[in-house]
Amino acid sequence: MKPPPFAYRAPRTLDEALAALAEYGADAKVLAGGQSLIPLLNMRLAAPAVIVDINRIGALDTVFVDATGVRIGALARQRRVERATDAARVQPLIGQALRHIAHPVIRVRGTVVGSLAHADPAAELPVVLAVLGGSVEVASAAGGRRAIPAAEFFAGALEPALRPGELAVGAFFPALGPRAGTAFAETARRHGDYGLAGVAAVVALDDDLRVAAARIGCLGVAATPFVLDLTDVLGHRPPDSCDWSAAAEHAKRAVRPEADIHAGGDYRRHLIGVLTERTLRAAAAAARDGVIDD
Amino acid sequence: MTTKLFGEPIPRREDPRLVTGRGRFLDDLGGRALAAAFVRSPHAHARVVDIDVAGALDVEGLVAVYTWDDLGGRVGEPLPLLIPHPALTHGRTGYPLARDVVRHVGEPVAMVVATDRYLAEDAADRILVGYEPLPPVVGIEAAAAADHLVHEDVPGNAGARLVQEVPGPDGLSAPAAIERAPHRLEFRLAIERSASMPLEGRGVYARWDADDESLRVYSSTQTSTSVRMAIAAKLDLPPAKVEVIAPDVGGGFGVKIVHPWPEEILVPWAARLLGREVKWTEDRREHFTSSAHERGQVHFVRVGFDDEGRILGLDVRFLHDHGAYTPYGIIVPIITSTQLLGPYKVGAYRVEFTSLYTNTVQVTPYRGAGRPQGVFCMERTMDRVAVHLGRDRTLVRAANLIQPGDFPYDQGLTFQDGRPLIYDSGDYPELLRMVKELIGWDDFGKAQTEAAVRGRRLGLGLACYVEGTGVGPYEGGHVEVDSSGRVHVSTGLTSQGQGHQTVFAQIAAAELGVPIEDIRVTTGDTRRFRYAVGTFASRAAVLSGNAIALACRALRDKALRIAADALEADPRDLEIEDGIVRIRGNPAASIPLRTVAVLSNPLRYAFDEEAARATQFAVGGSTDQPPVAEGEQPGLEGTQYYSPVRSTFAAGAHAAIVETDPDTAEVRVLRYAVVHDCGRLINPRIVEGQIHGGVAQGIGGALYERLIYDEHGQLLNASFMDFLMPYATEIPAIETAHLETPSPLNPLGVKGAGEAGVIPVSAVIAAAIEDAEGIRIEEMPISPDDLFRLRERARRAAGESSGAEAGEARPV
Ligand SMILES: Cc1cc2nc3c(=O)[nH]c(=O)nc-3n(C[C@H](O)[C@H](O)[C@H](O)COP(=O)(O)OP(=O)(O)OC[C@H]3O[C@@H](n4cnc5c(N)ncnc54)[C@H](O)[C@@H]3O)c2cc1C
Repeated sequence: MKPPPFAYRAPRTLDEALAALAEYGADAKVLAGGQSLIPLLNMRLAAPAVIVDINRIGALDTVFVDATGVRIGALARQRRVERATDAARVQPLIGQALRHIAHPVIRVRGTVVGSLAHADPAAELPVVLAVLGGSVEVASAAGGRRAIPAAEFFAGALEPALRPGELAVGAFFPALGPRAGTAFAETARRHGDYGLAGVAAVVALDDDLRVAAARIGCLGVAATPFVLDLTDVLGHRPPDSCDWSAAAEHAKRAVRPEADIHAGGDYRRHLIGVLTERTLRAAAAAARDGVIDD
Repeated sequence: MTTKLFGEPIPRREDPRLVTGRGRFLDDLGGRALAAAFVRSPHAHARVVDIDVAGALDVEGLVAVYTWDDLGGRVGEPLPLLIPHPALTHGRTGYPLARDVVRHVGEPVAMVVATDRYLAEDAADRILVGYEPLPPVVGIEAAAAADHLVHEDVPGNAGARLVQEVPGPDGLSAPAAIERAPHRLEFRLAIERSASMPLEGRGVYARWDADDESLRVYSSTQTSTSVRMAIAAKLDLPPAKVEVIAPDVGGGFGVKIVHPWPEEILVPWAARLLGREVKWTEDRREHFTSSAHERGQVHFVRVGFDDEGRILGLDVRFLHDHGAYTPYGIIVPIITSTQLLGPYKVGAYRVEFTSLYTNTVQVTPYRGAGRPQGVFCMERTMDRVAVHLGRDRTLVRAANLIQPGDFPYDQGLTFQDGRPLIYDSGDYPELLRMVKELIGWDDFGKAQTEAAVRGRRLGLGLACYVEGTGVGPYEGGHVEVDSSGRVHVSTGLTSQGQGHQTVFAQIAAAELGVPIEDIRVTTGDTRRFRYAVGTFASRAAVLSGNAIALACRALRDKALRIAADALEADPRDLEIEDGIVRIRGNPAASIPLRTVAVLSNPLRYAFDEEAARATQFAVGGSTDQPPVAEGEQPGLEGTQYYSPVRSTFAAGAHAAIVETDPDTAEVRVLRYAVVHDCGRLINPRIVEGQIHGGVAQGIGGALYERLIYDEHGQLLNASFMDFLMPYATEIPAIETAHLETPSPLNPLGVKGAGEAGVIPVSAVIAAAIEDAEGIRIEEMPISPDDLFRLRERARRAAGESSGAEAGEARPV
């Protein structure tokens, strides 16, 4: 469990990083927090010729919060974002999900953007980005910058839509709208494990406090984050008279999770039902509490 | 016992060093040694056709590549079968490097030595081994079906078959007793594979001294003395030219009692051949596929009982999955078959096991060593009987318990040490009473009903066990007082975190009457102590503890003799306290132990003030006697051995309350209670620590861990990402209480405590989940997915038979 040989670059500026990535193209791998990449290297499951370590690029260690949303730089650690109270006010779902990632020691190293770029189908943050309709900002020496919407960014399991030479420089998580609430729940084998299944829910109410929009994102059920709009199933009713279990049943029928060594497909699907109901109720309650608080 | 240290919960003396990073583990040593890495089989069963090393040769830093053809001599022979047994008619072991057939994924095929481990792995990656795949045998059922064979010359894949029978008091055999019993039940119980999984894997570091023609080997082992003998034999060296040291060892839990590992032979062999230091540190993936596993067994139980639940006949047949080889003999299934009976008298008993080869990692003892499976059988049987009769589960157990007046109690079986299974002492009804009180057994029904009203599912489970501990043949202790008053205690067995530095010092301090600060303990270093067996089977406190106590007593007598001379007193009037020998009732007349040490060694040459006191013109006394009296030896030191006639039998009862999530089928252990009897407690804090760790491992085995092989014999979860050991977050606070029934078999009255925590946990958790769910639990471990599927099955069954079957399984 020692990595195969690789060349190592540690640029200090974004431009140097992009130049290095341009030079090595598909032979290069970006090293951020290393919490996923280093194990892959040690198990010799990845054997990049060059490692481009972005940890010295201080300019990427940013968290910007404004009324439109939360913009997170490529070097912002998960732990920092988890503790950012201003970010939590604008978009509580990020922090709600972050708490389910591993343990504090890992979150102290792991980055938010690294988790998105890793694109693990069981990871929490990709689902959050997807259900919120966020995007990943990428840059390259040749092509400048572009924003890739979440729906396109997660192209497959462990397959982000990044071209050789591209660096993900940041991610944008849109703000929560008015009268809206979020919730996150997952079932993991042990505290901090990747979830067997998980659901992120966003519920928005209208002026009459009826459900105006309800979306869920599911992890662990497909190669990429699975997003489902349940607004119509819930039928614009006040939360008290919503048929949450019908929505859960709907979600359950919509997913086709596969079995792995930790759980069968039927169980995962069952969990999606349970967690959908739990998170929708909680998100609706949060939406209403928010209104009452204001 | 003289002072109060024995029995005191003093903090562990080794911890300040270990928790501040000053431990010296195997990989902390030999920073400049060459590194070894291994090419290991990717196939579960295959013939090795050819090995092409050409690609490795241009890796810069490569020093050597070895395959079986290079070994020669005894190094090339199969590894030893450590514990032969007449029933092991087809024992098989592997070669240090595969000779022509590999029989599990991970079996070593070639060894690479390079200047560092990175390069060694690069080179290993480039060695091309041609394999001709053979059909793999995976799983107990497939092994029993024997459509394919693991070893060509082992028919039916059966390495061993052993039957033990004890007729009932009326002379009836178990089958006959069951036939005549008023009630009968028959069922299958299964436990899956897990593994010891110490945080530090194995590791070997060897230094050959060409001038001295001697070898020093450091190994992360549970038995340095026996590794030494094995290396000496394999490398054809005089034992006196081999020293083996176990440095700090980061956990063993059984796997490191196996020896010599291929690497333990090959690394010293290569070091001698190359004239260079060589080190190999096992990585986690290697540990999963190349060390040893345990627990996989399937049991078929038949039981006959009366209206009270008294067991009249018990007939257990089980299949043991031995993996590819049997280096440690059939110790695990023997322990299951004998310890299964626990604290109960069962009328007639018959047990039969078949030990089967499969193309998986070999099976050797893991903490508990077959007992968890046996206790699972017995305790699940008790619960089944209780359900069948509609009686309280503790009443059925109470009806079967051996009573305090029955000791010594002979179960009529032959134990793992080849000696009769005779329990030395215990009070099992009291254990049961205490655990019921600790967990609140009698009030639980109310709590369960109240929780149910709020939509919560709680369940209570309980299990009892008896654990044979402190098996022979022997251990020794050496104690020496030096001229500055320091006391050096050493014993040959090794430490893997048990707290030996503390308890052995407590014993010595209490026996000698010296401050514990003056005592230094050395374990597992053959330079200090050459005769020993090893640390396993909860035996260190019993064996080495007593040997050290005996050595201290002998040393104390000698010290008193010498002091008596110096003080012109009768030794019987002397006492030692705080390291000072004095005349009882006359504190003015005293002599420090360090001076006694000086006087014990009559000197010709003085090299310091203390020594000067022992030189020929300084000591007074008679000039017509030899300076060293006849029968005495110079020096205040001595060695004693303790060799027990039989094992001592610790016992306990555990109970737990679990909560199952009605929706997600997750299981949470809310409370876990342990009542434990290991005889006299040397240090209750250490015993509790052992119990806590054991229970945590047991919860791992019950709810999280399993080794998952696919049909090709590939281990699918060979990493800590997928092999789920519980974190602290999964383990509840553990409540403990102690009972002390001293062992009459040894001077200290102690029994072993190392394995107790792990033994009954699967039985307890299964019972608790069954109680919460009303669904029979017959296989462990159980995951949420398993529970989900059991619920679905119960629901379907209830639909089909209007709930009769599902209802019946619910214990009262
Ligand atoms: C014990 C453990 C438990 C864990 N549990 C969880 C969990 O429950 N849920 C979860 O989601 N994650 C979990 N993780 C993973 C953790 O969240 C990682 O931190 C995360 O997946 C990757 O972030 P990183 O910064 O460490 O990226 P790295 O490991 O450095 O990189 C991961 C991948 O992304 C690429 N990459 C990283 N940054 C960029 C970038 N800016 N541009 C382009 N490519 C980039 C790398 O090249 C690499 O392929 C766990 C990790 C460990 C060690």
